[in-house]
Amino acid sequence: MPNKVLETKNLNAYYGDFQALFEVSIDLFEGEIIAIIGANGAGKSTFMRSVTGLIDRIDNEINYKGLSIKGLRADEIAKKGLAMVPEGRKLFPSLSVEENLLIGGQIKRLGPWKLNTVYELFPDLYDKRNIPSNLLSGGQQQMAAIGRALMSNPDVILFDEISLGLAPIIIKSIYQNLPKVIQKGMSAIIVEQDISKALEISDRVYCLQEGRIALFGESKQLTRQEISKAYFGI
Amino acid sequence: MNKEYEILQSSKVSRASGFIAIFLIIFLFFAPWWAGRADIRLLSEIFLYLSLASLWNLLAGYCGLVSVGQQAFVGLGGYLLFALTIFSGFNPFAAILVSGILGALISLPVAFLIFRLRGAYFAIGTWVVAEVFRLSFAQIQSLGGGSGSSLPVGIVKSIASSKAMRESLTYWMILGLTVFILLSVYLILRSRRGIALIAIRDNELASQSLGINILRSKLFVYVVTAGLTTILGGLIFLQKLRISPDAAFNVNDWTAFVIFIVVIGGIGTIEGPIIGVLVFFILRETLADLGSIYLIMLGFVAIFVMIRAPKGIWGFVSSKYNIELFPLSRKLKEIKGE
Repeated sequence: MPNKVLETKNLNAYYGDFQALFEVSIDLFEGEIIAIIGANGAGKSTFMRSVTGLIDRIDNEINYKGLSIKGLRADEIAKKGLAMVPEGRKLFPSLSVEENLLIGGQIKRLGPWKLNTVYELFPDLYDKRNIPSNLLSGGQQQMAAIGRALMSNPDVILFDEISLGLAPIIIKSIYQNLPKVIQKGMSAIIVEQDISKALEISDRVYCLQEGRIALFGESKQLTRQEISKAYFGI
Repeated sequence: MNKEYEILQSSKVSRASGFIAIFLIIFLFFAPWWAGRADIRLLSEIFLYLSLASLWNLLAGYCGLVSVGQQAFVGLGGYLLFALTIFSGFNPFAAILVSGILGALISLPVAFLIFRLRGAYFAIGTWVVAEVFRLSFAQIQSLGGGSGSSLPVGIVKSIASSKAMRESLTYWMILGLTVFILLSVYLILRSRRGIALIAIRDNELASQSLGINILRSKLFVYVVTAGLTTILGGLIFLQKLRISPDAAFNVNDWTAFVIFIVVIGGIGTIEGPIIGVLVFFILRETLADLGSIYLIMLGFVAIFVMIRAPKGIWGFVSSKYNIELFPLSRKLKEIKGE
């Protein structure tokens, strides 16, 4: 059985006094892809932000490779090998495409990902490498955001709303490339509103509803009916 | 595809700018032989403001640390020069260098306080710190208290045998420091740390989640800026030979004018403060006789530039003609490929 790389135990997260996550326990194994689905406001992004150290107030444990990362700063967590492709891409508009990629490489973790390999994965980025990142199309920005995260050679990569705001053809292209990313030995968590895409790409799926896990299981074994019930709460 | 790449950081224009800059520095080095004393004083003042503006630009334009309290370190530098020379017998130039180290050290507890504040509160916090410095130095009677004091004649004469030589030495030190500051800012911004600073300015959360230590990056810039501003303060008051709390910690002279220079020149660019300082001194030299109308006109110029060219004069020129005299961005060149 593969090793557990990431584990949250009864995770609670808060924005001020507002509790956004309630006892969320999620496991991620080496080489595995899990999908987190749920309606708007279900807590998917909050979960990602909690794991990557971007939320100050959380309760209970987050373990990465058997060690607690709760209370660590986001940069300390990133250096341990957790990278996030944030919702809305969040590229740095003052920097060119390749500078955005170089920022990802600042951590200097060893691994297969460097400029060459990222450009091989996304040839479009090579052609646009010198232009400011805010001049890229939505799809190219998503590629740059994925490339930037890969440049840190993470062991776990988190994709937050990977297809949000993108044209179907771009989404298809990005999903076609994802197995190439994961094949390099990484584990991944994908937050996705498109249920069919999430089920297609992932090994297991967790469905969040109002900050709680409403359903989880093997992606291929869950029925549409079960998912719809957990997703919409009806 | 199996390609190899080389990262380039220069262009023909930037190399030409570099050569012109070197030529200009050599030309300015010989100013004591071709310029009059009034011109030397004016050039010194221009260089001091250029240095202050470049440091403030690094702080606010690249790190988002909008300080309106940099006069704290200018005044501190001036007072440390007086204190170290009068009470500890330091040579004035050595005192200025030591004051830079002390300024950097003092900035650490200051940073501990003001880094807890964000945005406008940070700006106000820095001003409050500067006022605390001003009020504290006004209490030191041995340095003249509220009315200030002059540098003793013996110390002034220890700098050089003649007045002309003293002014030339001070000018060269100011010129050297200005070159050092511009070069340092440029090299910092071209380094990996520089890209990180720009990334932090663009999006703190995203840069943090990519492994950039925000606090350390900002603290580094704040401490370096404070140390160098303290040195500049020492040089400013070595020229003036007299110090008082109101002159040393003057928000207009050491921060408002500096912000004006950076904003009209182009915040967040290396070239901006250079353009800004030229515009500022052209306006000052031609309009200063008009008294308070001069300050009103400065305000109008600032408002006009902010409306017509929000990125400053250089930002406008740079985006229109796509040129960078001192490029910070990297370009990738394919050197081998299948």
